[in-house]
Amino acid sequence: MTSTTAAAPAPVAKPAQGTTGGPARGVRRKWTEHGLVFVAPFLVVYALFLIWPLVSGLGMSLTSENITGSGGESVGLDNYAEAVRDPDVWSSLWNTVWFTVLSTVPLVVVGLVLALLAHQLRVVQWLWRLSWFAPFLLPSGVVCLLFLNMIFPSGFGLADQLLATVGLTPEIGWLTDERYAMLSIVATTVWWTVGFNFLLYLAALQAVPAHLYEAAELDGAGAWKRLLHITLPMLRRTTGLVVVLQVLASLKIFDQVYIMTGGGPDESTRPILQYVYQQGFTGYRIGYASAVSYIFFALILTVSLVQPLLSRRRAEEAAK
Amino acid sequence: MQPPLLSRRRALAGGAGALAAAGALGSLSGCAAPATAAGPGQTLLRYWHLFGGGDGVNMRGMLDDFRAGHPDIALEAATLQWGAPYYTKLGMAGAGGRAPELAALHLARLAGFAPGRLLDPFDLDLLAGLGVDEKDFPPDIWRRGQAGGKQYAVPLDTHPFVLYYQTEVCEKAGLMSGGRLKPISGADDFADALRAAKKATGQPGLVTETLGPDCITPWRLFSSFYAQTGGTVLSPDGKRLALDDAKALRVLEYLARLVEEGLMVRRVDYAGSIGVFNGGKTAFHLNGEWEITTFKTTGLPFSMTRIPALFGTAATQADCHAFVLPHQKDRGGATNEAAHTLVAWMLKNSVAWAQGGHVPAYLPVLDDPAYLALKPQSEYRTVIDDVALDEPAWFAGSASRLWIELGAVFSGVLTGSRSPRNALTEAKARLRTLLDTRNPLPGAAS
Repeated sequence: MTSTTAAAPAPVAKPAQGTTGGPARGVRRKWTEHGLVFVAPFLVVYALFLIWPLVSGLGMSLTSENITGSGGESVGLDNYAEAVRDPDVWSSLWNTVWFTVLSTVPLVVVGLVLALLAHQLRVVQWLWRLSWFAPFLLPSGVVCLLFLNMIFPSGFGLADQLLATVGLTPEIGWLTDERYAMLSIVATTVWWTVGFNFLLYLAALQAVPAHLYEAAELDGAGAWKRLLHITLPMLRRTTGLVVVLQVLASLKIFDQVYIMTGGGPDESTRPILQYVYQQGFTGYRIGYASAVSYIFFALILTVSLVQPLLSRRRAEEAAK
Repeated sequence: MQPPLLSRRRALAGGAGALAAAGALGSLSGCAAPATAAGPGQTLLRYWHLFGGGDGVNMRGMLDDFRAGHPDIALEAATLQWGAPYYTKLGMAGAGGRAPELAALHLARLAGFAPGRLLDPFDLDLLAGLGVDEKDFPPDIWRRGQAGGKQYAVPLDTHPFVLYYQTEVCEKAGLMSGGRLKPISGADDFADALRAAKKATGQPGLVTETLGPDCITPWRLFSSFYAQTGGTVLSPDGKRLALDDAKALRVLEYLARLVEEGLMVRRVDYAGSIGVFNGGKTAFHLNGEWEITTFKTTGLPFSMTRIPALFGTAATQADCHAFVLPHQKDRGGATNEAAHTLVAWMLKNSVAWAQGGHVPAYLPVLDDPAYLALKPQSEYRTVIDDVALDEPAWFAGSASRLWIELGAVFSGVLTGSRSPRNALTEAKARLRTLLDTRNPLPGAAS
């Protein structure tokens, strides 16, 4: 956070004395020149809506507090003990992880393939970019209701109609059959959010220096070899980023399930966040719901911490 | 020599201050029923309910009539979404002591709604003065509104699970006599009726919701037929598991057989089940009576009757809509009187409410010629003496954890993903978990 002075800017070559990039001594700083003023709105909101709920949630998870904010007696770690023994915690946690596994792979791979296509196709590039990114701009409610009411209804939905055009009329319960429900939610999610990963990959592709390709071509490398030995290695960092962002986004699955299956059939698609919601807002047990949230928070935190460790290790290996 | 840049900075800094202030102010406004000023000489009466669809239309019509006859009361009604979210909102409003004067509640949820803390008791003398008395209600239903010797809920209706039948299909299948469905006695008799219907149309004879988000019908099905065997799910005080394995299995195996034999549609969600019955090729539909408005609107040739006695008695699953007084720190005076006035008026005028299919709980209305003229609404009025409400437990009642969790379990029996025995084991495990969980909203009187 360097702040420029109101006076004539110091020549770049001469480093300022005292504070980094601060004004020369003797000039009184205006209070607005502290960066703090500019981040204050953010800090206030951050403290109010993130830090405070985090702290109070942790406190609540140690009590038997109910939805009305009363009845809270301290119960120590009882909520955590109950959560660890609760089969519904584990099954919904597993559903969350399973969804993450199922969705991350296509979201990364399809995003990459689309970016490669858009990068290669020199004609009407704006059209590819627009059409592949557009679904991402829709709110989750719109997307889910669209798929729920138009794509997936058994018998007359678009999915079954497409099968009918090739002579298949199985009337699949896309969202109502345990074998397909999670896959249908994954498909919806891929269609909806792949545009974001596509954009990240496209930006990375455009940053690959052209001279590498030129040199490779001179050495007689074909398109396939160029992809394998230049493009993909150059995209490694982006892939690391995309995978971690995607895993974090997928772990937070809630909307699609809540709207499309309600966690069914027979709770086979219920993610951990929905279980937290059910315990807290349907079952009124805010203390217990907070404890389950914190168990989930630990998982998210672990995943987020793995990324910098991995990239640091890679950087160290590269430095050797 | 200040460039304009700085004035922008000042503006930004000022903006930051304003934002911080707004954040601090807006953080703790809490949950309260919004109060708007009533006109001069008027008493404000705020009323929250969860009636949508046809019920919503009926309720709004009744409220308008009430307003016309009570110019001294400024009635403000808020319709909130049916289900779990409604109870979350109502509970939070009551906790703050700034709740609306009057609200609707499902009677079977009373035990889990902290009577005495989130709810205030009715003033029975005040009600008696308005012409509403204990003897005007079925004793069982009236008693369910009590906790700790006080009356916390006054029932408006009972809304049972009923049997809808498509008159033309039933005629074709030879199941009618004299314009009504021939009496069905026993489980085999009902299965035979379904077979006859299937023969007549080539379609399964029965459709009812078997799956979907928060599907409850599988629970209603089980609950109705299990009640007919004479068994109860919980002990009368709602504190212990009382499920009888043999009786429960009889019911679950019967339901599984109906689906396996193709007499009942296997996989259909709530809206789908309505659609299939509306299609006019299905003889029977099992659902709550509240869909009457839907089928009347579409002009389907249909009628309704009580759930036949398949396993003994003619008991059927039900809940009741009731009025409650959410807790207010200073309940009393003119606003409280206005709330009692509206309750009494609603009960006496519940013929209009009965159009939506519900059976009025206020007995004088059941003999009202205007009610008896309602067809098919008055066809199943005798059910009011045979309704099986959940035992009083904090996790029971409409849209409760019990219904949603067991609905999901019994859904598996109908769709074929669970065997009856497996479902029974799972249902018992879930009930035990709920019983072992302390009531999160204990009331002074529960």
